[in-house]
Amino acid sequence: MNGEKELTCIGCPLGCLLTVNMTPEGIFVSGNTCPRGDVYARKEVTNPTRIVTSTVRVQGGVIARVSVKTESDIPKEKIFACMEEIRKTSVPAPVRIGDVIIRNCAGTGVRVVATKDVEESCDG
Amino acid sequence: MNYDVAVIGGGVIGCVVARELSRYCCRTVLLEKEEDVCSGTSKANSAIVHAGYDAETGSKKAAFNVKGNAMMEPLSRELDFAFRRTGSMVLCFSEAEMPALHALYERGRANGVPGLKLLSGEEARGLEPNLSDEVKETLYAPTGGIVCPFGMTIALAENACENGVEFALETKVEHIERAGDGYVLATNRGLYRAAYVVNAAGVYADVFHNMVSERRLHITPRRGEYCLFDKEAGGHIGMTVFQLPGAYGKGVLVTPTVHGNLLAGPTAADQENRDETATTAAGLNEVCQKAARSVKHLPFGQIITSFAGLRAHEERGDFILGEAEDAPGFFDAAGIESPGLSCAPAIGSYLAELVADRGNFKKKQDFKARRTGIVHAAALPVEERRALIARRPEYGAIVCRCEEVSEGEILDAIKRPLGARSLDGIKRRVRQGMGRCQGGFCTPGVMEILARETGIPMEELCKNRSGSRMIVS
Amino acid sequence: MICHDIVIIGGGPAGLAAAAAARKNGMEDILILERDRVLGGILNQCIHNGFGLHTFKEELTGPEYASRYIRLVKELGISCRTGSMVLSISRDKEVTVVSREKGLQVIRAKALILAMGCRERPRGALNIPGCRPAGIYTAGTAQRLMNIEGYRVGKEAVILGSGDIGLIMARRMVLEGAKVKAVAELMPYSGGLKRNIVQCLDDYGIPLKLGYTVVDIEGQDRVEGVTLAAVGPDRKPIAGTEEHYRCDTLLLSCGLIPENELSKGMGLPMNPVTSGPMVNDRLETGAAGVFACGNVLHVHDLVDYVSEEAALAGEHAARYVRNGGAESETSGHLPVILRAENGVRYTVPQSLDPGAMAEKVTVRFRVSDVYKGRSVCVYLDKTCISRQKRRVMTPGEMEQVTLTRERLLQAPGLKEITIRTEVEE
Repeated sequence: MNGEKELTCIGCPLGCLLTVNMTPEGIFVSGNTCPRGDVYARKEVTNPTRIVTSTVRVQGGVIARVSVKTESDIPKEKIFACMEEIRKTSVPAPVRIGDVIIRNCAGTGVRVVATKDVEESCDG
Repeated sequence: MNYDVAVIGGGVIGCVVARELSRYCCRTVLLEKEEDVCSGTSKANSAIVHAGYDAETGSKKAAFNVKGNAMMEPLSRELDFAFRRTGSMVLCFSEAEMPALHALYERGRANGVPGLKLLSGEEARGLEPNLSDEVKETLYAPTGGIVCPFGMTIALAENACENGVEFALETKVEHIERAGDGYVLATNRGLYRAAYVVNAAGVYADVFHNMVSERRLHITPRRGEYCLFDKEAGGHIGMTVFQLPGAYGKGVLVTPTVHGNLLAGPTAADQENRDETATTAAGLNEVCQKAARSVKHLPFGQIITSFAGLRAHEERGDFILGEAEDAPGFFDAAGIESPGLSCAPAIGSYLAELVADRGNFKKKQDFKARRTGIVHAAALPVEERRALIARRPEYGAIVCRCEEVSEGEILDAIKRPLGARSLDGIKRRVRQGMGRCQGGFCTPGVMEILARETGIPMEELCKNRSGSRMIVS
Repeated sequence: MICHDIVIIGGGPAGLAAAAAARKNGMEDILILERDRVLGGILNQCIHNGFGLHTFKEELTGPEYASRYIRLVKELGISCRTGSMVLSISRDKEVTVVSREKGLQVIRAKALILAMGCRERPRGALNIPGCRPAGIYTAGTAQRLMNIEGYRVGKEAVILGSGDIGLIMARRMVLEGAKVKAVAELMPYSGGLKRNIVQCLDDYGIPLKLGYTVVDIEGQDRVEGVTLAAVGPDRKPIAGTEEHYRCDTLLLSCGLIPENELSKGMGLPMNPVTSGPMVNDRLETGAAGVFACGNVLHVHDLVDYVSEEAALAGEHAARYVRNGGAESETSGHLPVILRAENGVRYTVPQSLDPGAMAEKVTVRFRVSDVYKGRSVCVYLDKTCISRQKRRVMTPGEMEQVTLTRERLLQAPGLKEITIRTEVEE
């Protein structure tokens, strides 16, 4: 996998334009304004990953869904498997930010956690 | 199902006829193919009450217009809908057009339109400072007015309902046949038998008429496109301004609305299709260009929505009103194009009397002429509004921010007789979603209330007719 | 009459940050009025990540970012009233508010902070011709239905406008099993952040059609399809370039409009470019003691900047109340006008007082086109005092420059500060 690749960093909203040079000597990244860009570029050309965010059904809560995210980034090709599992999941209220909703999502070893508090509904 | 009278069509004409018939002891049903009344021509028009100088002297249009105009104000008070007598003007931009304007003036006088005056360009701009500098002379009619066509149609329908008229919604008449002394109407919801039929089917009126009569009617749907401006532009002019009428109607007008917006339109394009109400880039462009000829500094950046409606143009050019010659008991209200809305009160009494005479229906003793509309909390004096919220806290929960519509009003729209079953039904009753954000903020909230109150699952809620689902999953 | 030192209109990110800052600057008596049922504003439905890198040095989702401020506001004991819609504000800072619980009330404030946020531009304002079926949503409305209520709005979508909410919703719909056939953008560049194009469109193979718009919508009941066409330099569709897409949903992400009905009702002087009130370096509007911050002032690209700006408004509102709400502090200097010129669309603030201003004032602005290698230049009257080259600037992203009091005071008789872009020779 030799060659040059242009990427837009997704590490933060700046969106730095990165140039990745893949040579037998190694991977060289330029154009990044911070170390995150370097990490992102290396990952993106070897094993691209993303954080997945979605919602999960809540039983007996004041609202019907709780927002969730994967605690860290997961391989890109696992996104849909992860979504499938999230879709099937439901949790009872109350839910607190950081509560673990799924322990090991789609075999990635990554936890899915709540990103919102959902109180219990008074009228059951 | 047996009735004395079946009214086809829940537009303003069908509803006014039903309401006037409900003064009599007779069993009346109104058949409407959509999920709500006011779903066709009556929902998308200029919302104008014409003074009555346009139509040819001696025509039905002329006679009913002047009469209907005079009836509008008492009716609006009786049934609690919005009407305002703002006056209107027809503009003339050149010396060459002046004879036509003067002819209109003479015709108006012959038609019995009160108070007509010819004003010079300066005099007219004195009344309407934003009138184009090109305006040379105008015909001013103090009796011109504006009305809420939804408010009016729904008020008539509710009052008819309260006085015993049955409303069969989502009931589409597919076929009509004479049977004995009356008619059988085949619908998607079964057969309706009625001794008398009132055909108020708008752009479909010729279809039904031609099912029972050899004297053919031919209606051409004439599409008109409109642009509606934000309330910030509502004060741009104070009365309806027309251009001199042409072959295809009264041209593009600019008018305030009873709710404080500004409306410009319509275009006029004949078509075959009786349902197609899409707007077009060319049409909207035409509206803007022509409107700018009448009124200067129009803030086109403040257009909040555009829409199109169909006028039912019958080839003879006049209303077809009354019993069909070769179909006894079948009464037409066909070809009701402009000034149909203005004429509606007069058409209603006229047709109801005709039918009642034929059927020998007696007047009811307990007819309830008055109807109270939905209370718009924001329009109440402060103390009354306070008291209302104290009594009914849901009037303190604002759902639609732009038009300041509370949950109380939305509940009322759903729960009253002939209550709303669709989002558009709520919108036409209480104006939720009609403001500058066009439902951006309040749509999810209103869906939740509608689902909760009617028991219709969220997934089955419709914008208007069945099929117009909000959620597709 | 009920009185409070500071009343804040809006409990979204701006209102919350302003409240926290006002409390930290010594204000005890603060009230937040929020029209929704919960605090946090639009962040509640922005369940994606990417918030807070600037403020918290970590990447949070919208609800997490909101909850940090909500928690802070609660810990600081600041009163909040939700479900409370402000109907009008008078020039002497009397706020008329209505709610289910308390009915119609008038609340008097010593200082006011406007933090009402913004709304999305609807279809009608875009003059898109065609039918008017169900299935046409602004991206934010669809986002709320999906992320808060949990309903899928459609199965096959086309999105008009490449604003960030539109891009985020493209990915969101794909993740929920829908097909997004295209994102069309009228302009030759995207209105959203670059990272969102990468991770929301590119990741899922969704085509971004720059220089395209919707020229027709089909469907009597539900959307059945839309027609896109390329536009020329005049942004008008070019005949013959039409492409038809079958879909049941059209999402619109075509710009945000600050919600300034209340500000206009008060008669505040407005800036026609931002559609927000004119403010000075204290973020004080044309009415003394009335401050504005967040998207009601000008539409921001990042919530982090909203929080930062709002904290400043909170601080100045607190100072105003502490000074007895008398005449706003002035140094005797005539106010200096900030002018936006040559590719700079506007500045916030629009004026400042070099004598009374803080050590440093951040001037935020947006550019009118995509510029590569241009410099942002600051002129004090005719003198250029700073020239910073930027690799790339786009209208979708907010820019800023910092002015120091020290430097401004070195320019005697200063009348005007001009911020402009210049092409490097």
